[in-house]
Amino acid sequence: MITLTDVLALSGILFAIAVAGIFLNRKNIIVLLMCIELMLLAVNFNFIAFSRFLGDINGQIFVFFIMTVAAAEAAIGLAILVVLFRERRSINVEDLDTLKG
Amino acid sequence: MFPTVLFFVFAAVLVGAAFGVILARNPVHSALLLVLAFFNSAVIWLLLDAEFLAIVLVLVYVGAVMVLFLFVVMMLNVNVEELRKGIAGYWPVAVAVAGFVVFAMLNVIVVRHLGGITLHTAPPLPAAYSNTRTLGTALFTRYAYPAQVAAIILLVASVAAIVLTLRRRTGGKPQNIAQQVAVRARDRVRLVKMQGEKGP
Repeated sequence: MITLTDVLALSGILFAIAVAGIFLNRKNIIVLLMCIELMLLAVNFNFIAFSRFLGDINGQIFVFFIMTVAAAEAAIGLAILVVLFRERRSINVEDLDTLKG
Repeated sequence: MFPTVLFFVFAAVLVGAAFGVILARNPVHSALLLVLAFFNSAVIWLLLDAEFLAIVLVLVYVGAVMVLFLFVVMMLNVNVEELRKGIAGYWPVAVAVAGFVVFAMLNVIVVRHLGGITLHTAPPLPAAYSNTRTLGTALFTRYAYPAQVAAIILLVASVAAIVLTLRRRTGGKPQNIAQQVAVRARDRVRLVKMQGEKGP
């Protein structure tokens, strides 16, 4: 039997890998977006595992909405990226300091 | 027993693919490994009896989002070497933060046993259980309003993506249909009366 512990541990490891990826690929926005997708995937794992083990469908509804928002986020993020590349000829995070944040 | 073995096999491939995503030199390889990770996740979701979401994951993420990523990666012609400069310095921070996250989560999940929650075996599903039907019933009754909000979010996202990337060309010679339709014959043709020439 798959236990809840296994799935939650897998999800935690996946989330940690994504966090490490954000630190390692600090300059490359595309890989940063991919790491965010991985984090959302890890969170979805938690929702699905608890939905299954509690016998409650509402967790899967939440996964549905998270995937909707993640798809929207990816579409807008990549559109911004394309516009940015057209303006700056670069996707290096360090070049994007117009706002001096 | 067999599902457990499958779970661990696919979990191992998933973790390996996730490592590949963050370590690959080329963003195209990252995107392709992320596709692999999504496929493995879909299989694990199938093992957890979430069939509908597993298929949605494959269709939406692998079919749409990752294709979008690949298009953008290949369109941008990114200078990879320049972006990877100075990465070595962040190894210790990345390992420390990720190690702390894993340690904290495993502490709660494995050592403390989720603070006493005992959900070791999943409740058996009814014989005529249909994941899609259950999900659809909940989505279109209790969550009908949030579902419409989600639809509007998707609409806004697609409109925003188009508006952001639409390139208006200057100096083109587009047709003005309204003007063309509104043209009258007398604006364009002038009938001139002139005397015919006499033959020899």
